[in-house]
Amino acid sequence: MAKIATSPVSLALRGTTLTYLGIMVILPLVALVTEAVTPGRQEFVAKLTDPFAWHALKLTFATAFVMVGINSVIGTATAWVLVRYDFPGKGLMNALVDLPFAVPTVVTGLMLVALYGPSSTLGAILNSNGLAVIYQPPGIVLALLFVSYPFVVRSVMPVLQEIDPAEEEAAKTLGARPWTIFRRVTFPTLWPAILTGTAMAFSRALGEFGSVVMVAGNRPLETKTGPMYVFGEIESGNRIGAMVVSTVLLGLSLAILVGLNALQRRPETRK
Amino acid sequence: MSASSTRFARATDASPRVKWLLIGAVWLWFAILILFPAIALARTAISGGLNSFWHAVSSPEAQRAFGLTLWVTFVATIANTLFGLGFSFVLVRQKFWGKTLADGIVDLPFAVSPIIAGLMLVLVYGPKGWIGKWIEAGGLRVVYSWPGLVLATTFVTVPFVVREVVPVLREFGLDQEEVARTLGAGRWKTFWRVTLPSIRWGLAYGVTLTVARSLGEFGALLVVSGNILGRTQTATLFIHDGIESFHPESAYAASVVLAGISIVLLIGMETLRKYVEAREHSVQE
Repeated sequence: MAKIATSPVSLALRGTTLTYLGIMVILPLVALVTEAVTPGRQEFVAKLTDPFAWHALKLTFATAFVMVGINSVIGTATAWVLVRYDFPGKGLMNALVDLPFAVPTVVTGLMLVALYGPSSTLGAILNSNGLAVIYQPPGIVLALLFVSYPFVVRSVMPVLQEIDPAEEEAAKTLGARPWTIFRRVTFPTLWPAILTGTAMAFSRALGEFGSVVMVAGNRPLETKTGPMYVFGEIESGNRIGAMVVSTVLLGLSLAILVGLNALQRRPETRK
Repeated sequence: MSASSTRFARATDASPRVKWLLIGAVWLWFAILILFPAIALARTAISGGLNSFWHAVSSPEAQRAFGLTLWVTFVATIANTLFGLGFSFVLVRQKFWGKTLADGIVDLPFAVSPIIAGLMLVLVYGPKGWIGKWIEAGGLRVVYSWPGLVLATTFVTVPFVVREVVPVLREFGLDQEEVARTLGAGRWKTFWRVTLPSIRWGLAYGVTLTVARSLGEFGALLVVSGNILGRTQTATLFIHDGIESFHPESAYAASVVLAGISIVLLIGMETLRKYVEAREHSVQE
């Protein structure tokens, strides 16, 4: 090990890859944070509390929370069904669950507009009953639900597969009913995986742009999310406003990722 | 899969009614969220007949856009495959100060919104950017031109190959390489004949993820391509501009083509993942 690590080829490889990482990833990040805080704290707070910026951030959080609430339940249910039951179309569902990761976000947006938009039959029915989805906040939630559907499913499935059936059996022998077994035996094993998937979905939702911009309608103080606000400010030349909101969104996403890493490291050390 | 489900379908097995209710609910959700929207997209795209669909897809603008997307994807994939392979070796085989930090930094692009990624790159490589002003002084243009598109795509796809190669490389260990070296094989020969064949499925999976993400990247490209009329368009920008400029036919048609490519890639990913998992199991047993 030591011999390999100090050979000139290894050092060259380390130098090249770390330089690449520095130029590609670290430098842009440092540039953003530096430029955002350069005008001073007052300016930062002023840009952040600008009513348009503040509303966009609030909307991003509200929609992300609603999405996460729904996805943590449905994602767990999907994983459960895919691991424990056999049913018609299981193979198709198992393969297509990952579709949101493969399909470009603009295409996702167009798919939802094609089905639920005002020019489709279903969308027209929804509209006339006051249940408009597209170009309204529920459309944003729908887009977020689509793009982050696989996170909880794929995080819970391997844990469900590895679960030791003996514990559930024991609970059953002691007379526990299925729902009690799930609540008291299965769920305590599952929740870290559910939390991981949920946190990843939330982090993704904070930054989602392509699908949301197609379905949201882009109305300030109504359907304009944080990333859409950032884009609008870049386009209209207000870079500082864009950088301040970016820094806040990015800081939160990073905090979630770092927290997840800490959570995942714990069981590894236990082994 | 069926063997494992019969093995587990015991203690928490609720009544058949609850079971089928759960399956029905998940299927319904799946259909509402994914299946029906996908079908609606395809139906809308061919609603004007196959002829107009073909016309929209084969227009010079659409062809240029897809050509640029393929080119950008190609360059970004090559760059990140080389980096990913090299950096995986550094992370698995070397010890140095700050390694844990470097390991975490690779994942950063996952936490960055595409729009924010684009903004960062403009700040560094834009006409008045930290590095951009020197490059522009040399007469080169990065942001608001095709190198910017490559740069943005490369940024968002940095983690994929590293994340897939590191675990298989760690699993593979050093023994076989040492045998090859003892038998007199050189460094390169050992890499090509022993190491690379052993990590090929993990590598292929990482490359496929990179390609899929590159083909579909949008937000970062939107920012670095600027707001110029008749700007250089990739496929995703072509779709967006089609909707914005009220030419939805071309946008829907191009979307179906992109969605078709991503489904093909998805099937590739599923197949590769099975190979990777099979390998992991054979190593464990």
